[in-house]
Amino acid sequence: MAMMTFKIHRFNPDDERRGRYVQEYQVDVRKGMTILDCLNEIKWKQDGTLTFRRSCRSGICGSCAMWVNGMNRLACETQAATLGSNRIEIRPMPGYPVVKDLAVSLDPLVRGLMAVKPWLIANGPPPTDQERLQSPEEREKLLGLYECILCGACTSSCPSFWADGDYIGPHAFLKAYRFVADSRDDGAKAHLDACDDKHGLWRCHTIFNCVEACPKDLNPTKAISELKKELVRRKIG
Amino acid sequence: MDPETIHDVEGVGVHYVHRHDVIVVGAGLAGMRAAVEASAEFDVAVISKVFPTRSHSGAAQGGIAASLANEEEDHWEWHMFDTVKGSDYLGDQDAIEILVKEAPVVVREFEHMGSPFSRTPEGRIAQRKFGGHTKDFGRGGPVLRACYAVDRTGHALLHTLYEHCMKNGVRFYPEFYATELIIRDGVCRGIVAWDVINGGVHVFHAKAVMFGTGGYGKVFKITSNALANTGDGLSLVLRAGLPLEDMEFVQFHPTGLYLQGILVSEAARGEGGYLINDTGERFMERYAPDKLELAPRDLVSRSIQTEINEGRGIGGEAYVHLDLTHLGAEKIMRQLPQIHELAWKFLHVDCTKEPIPIQPTAHYSMGGIPTDKDARVLLDGKETPVTGFFAGGECACVSVHGGNRLGTNSLLEASLFGRRAGKSMVRFLRETREFPELPADAARVSIAEIDRVLSADGDQRVSDLREELQERMTRDCGIFRNAEKLEAMMADLVSLEKRFARIRIDDRSRRFNYDLLEAIELGHMLEFSELIVAGALKRQESRGAHSRVDFPKRDDEKWLKHTLAWKTGGEVRFDYKPVVITRFQPKERTY
Ligand SMILES: Cc1cc2nc3c(=O)[nH]c(=O)nc-3n(C[C@H](O)[C@H](O)[C@H](O)COP(=O)(O)OP(=O)(O)OC[C@H]3O[C@@H](n4cnc5c(N)ncnc54)[C@H](O)[C@@H]3O)c2cc1C
Ligand code: SF4
Ligand code: FES
Repeated sequence: MAMMTFKIHRFNPDDERRGRYVQEYQVDVRKGMTILDCLNEIKWKQDGTLTFRRSCRSGICGSCAMWVNGMNRLACETQAATLGSNRIEIRPMPGYPVVKDLAVSLDPLVRGLMAVKPWLIANGPPPTDQERLQSPEEREKLLGLYECILCGACTSSCPSFWADGDYIGPHAFLKAYRFVADSRDDGAKAHLDACDDKHGLWRCHTIFNCVEACPKDLNPTKAISELKKELVRRKIG
Repeated sequence: MDPETIHDVEGVGVHYVHRHDVIVVGAGLAGMRAAVEASAEFDVAVISKVFPTRSHSGAAQGGIAASLANEEEDHWEWHMFDTVKGSDYLGDQDAIEILVKEAPVVVREFEHMGSPFSRTPEGRIAQRKFGGHTKDFGRGGPVLRACYAVDRTGHALLHTLYEHCMKNGVRFYPEFYATELIIRDGVCRGIVAWDVINGGVHVFHAKAVMFGTGGYGKVFKITSNALANTGDGLSLVLRAGLPLEDMEFVQFHPTGLYLQGILVSEAARGEGGYLINDTGERFMERYAPDKLELAPRDLVSRSIQTEINEGRGIGGEAYVHLDLTHLGAEKIMRQLPQIHELAWKFLHVDCTKEPIPIQPTAHYSMGGIPTDKDARVLLDGKETPVTGFFAGGECACVSVHGGNRLGTNSLLEASLFGRRAGKSMVRFLRETREFPELPADAARVSIAEIDRVLSADGDQRVSDLREELQERMTRDCGIFRNAEKLEAMMADLVSLEKRFARIRIDDRSRRFNYDLLEAIELGHMLEFSELIVAGALKRQESRGAHSRVDFPKRDDEKWLKHTLAWKTGGEVRFDYKPVVITRFQPKERTY
């Protein structure tokens, strides 16, 4: 048990007078408590106005991504005790417009995703009464690509996105490559053309922030470089 | 599609009106599968209180059942037998027959849409074993029937559907919270919803409405469910004057992480994990000498709860130990990496070195909105559908699960009956050219409800009431039930309802106000909980997940029937309807 101080960055669009400010709360943190448990305790016991998204509380839905002590993390799978400090600072994920307190607008996330035609494009109808065959080796190529929970942590931590709000974003490139790499997809051209845009791939300067930010240990930078290689190959070839 | 317009009809208040052929409420497997189907021909909008891919279907790990026979011999008839037996003979066999026959089609369609299933060496969809799924009408051993994508099956399927909805141009209204179902004269005309992000009441006028609003695990203290699983759809249906079916059947999964309720998959026991009580005893030897930890879910849950109730929980607390340490670190990391990760992240327990504290966790609701096999919502026990209203998935009850659901059958149910809902809506819309008339005051009730909560200035905190509800439901309407506890729970609900009338909330702003939503959700939970408790009190037998210590036997003579319950003017009213039995006559469920 330890008393911890939570410094939370706050903003309520209905309260213009106050603007952005930092508010401190104390929570008695018991063994096993996650950052989300602490936030719930604040919201439910101390201050119902504190606003943040959450749902699954098991690290799979992507709702609770936020900036905690210097990094984007999922609040629900981060133990308060593992942060090595009794003072915890929490902000909304950087880069996105803030809606209220820790909740940000997801519009840029969806816009980027939509841009890359994020669905399987197959020529011709699938076989009837049977699945398409895909070998375990081909399936293996999707590892590290399909697990994305669309939490937005990667795009939020990307300087290219900070500079250009219309930047398609690492989360969307990962999705694009998830289809380009899929043996069943015939739409590589469509996915790649969509990435080859003035707000697209070429704005990535391989800074690796997205890799560091991803709570699911995925590697959007690698996906981006594969997409770049693929595009160059097509242009030259 | 009309552009949205702002209305301020006399006395109703400002609101927006949208018009779509189909409105789907809920973006889980059920809702989005319906949307994919109907959007091929019609204008479909999906509203969801959480962003679509954050729906709870994404948390499912294990698999989706289908007798593809990709790995070994299997038949839909075997799958049907297992499902009927699993349901403790309360499942409707005509609906179950559809479930098991169409399962292969539904799973292959997911593959065609791009779902990343795990594969066999021949390149087919891989299949694994799961509790209750057997060969040869229960006479053979376990069968490889669950199709899976590693241990992320729900995630893989949910994202595939979202992608296909985008492809089909489905219009999403993410983070819109449905507050009312508009039914007048037996015809559904749309819904009313609150825009969570910007604030504001929106009326969605539609020719067809489909509910895929999911489960209600959050009425219990310990649950595997997401915080969003508050069962709103159920009370919206009740408030529209319609009944709910078999609400007393709630499934408890034996192994939830202590205090968190987060699921520790059956696989942990499958690999050889033991359950140990405070005296160090492997207590399943007393309850199920043959099957031990691999006895059926309801039995293992009851055994654990008995140990806890009789004071043999660890240190007298409400948990026992799931011990994996004897398996060795190497095997744990290879076979159960996710469990290792969960125990570490959520309890700070390293299960290669110490046992995991676990307790049974509320997991799945078998009951819900009564529908027919085409996902049409029924008005009564006599198969009369409500015009233009459909439902599927965990919020619905076609009764394929009866008294107890088998693992991997619910992802199947949600997508299969979601698909059927989509198909029935298409048939319905082809015949329905006109929009039904929209009442001018459709938004009145919701506007009043929201204004009332936003200005609520009583002395009761919503979170306190919710916690009391959750604690008492777990204690008095949980794994073990009896008349005395259930009656106490009924009384508790009355007093909680009274206190709910005196709530206050801290946040009075209109934008992104979860304080407001949590209050509304609590109202829903109190309302349909009464049906769970009243139904459980009425049903004087033990069947499947419903266990009455004062009536320990299943009583087919009196209780082989479905409960239908209405709530009108604060009173619960019951009716019953027969179970459909086609191939398999009820017999005792032995394991
Ligand atoms: C941890 C866990 C593991 C599981 N594993 C498996 C498994 O391996 N195999 C299996 O078959 N089953 C499994 N299940 C069960 C299965 O996942 C669910 O029953 C199923 O996913 C439910 O799908 P659904 O579409 O009905 O609802 P959900 O996916 O829960 O979706 C509900 C939707 O309704 C929306 N909604 C609710 N209320 C409102 C409102 N008022 N306004 C607007 N929108 C609203 C939500 O936003 C959400 O989009 C598991 C369940 C849990 C909890
Ligand atoms: S790639 Fe990682 S950080 Fe980016 S959205 Fe997906 S899960 Fe989140
Ligand atoms: S609440 Fe779902 S990821 Fe944290």
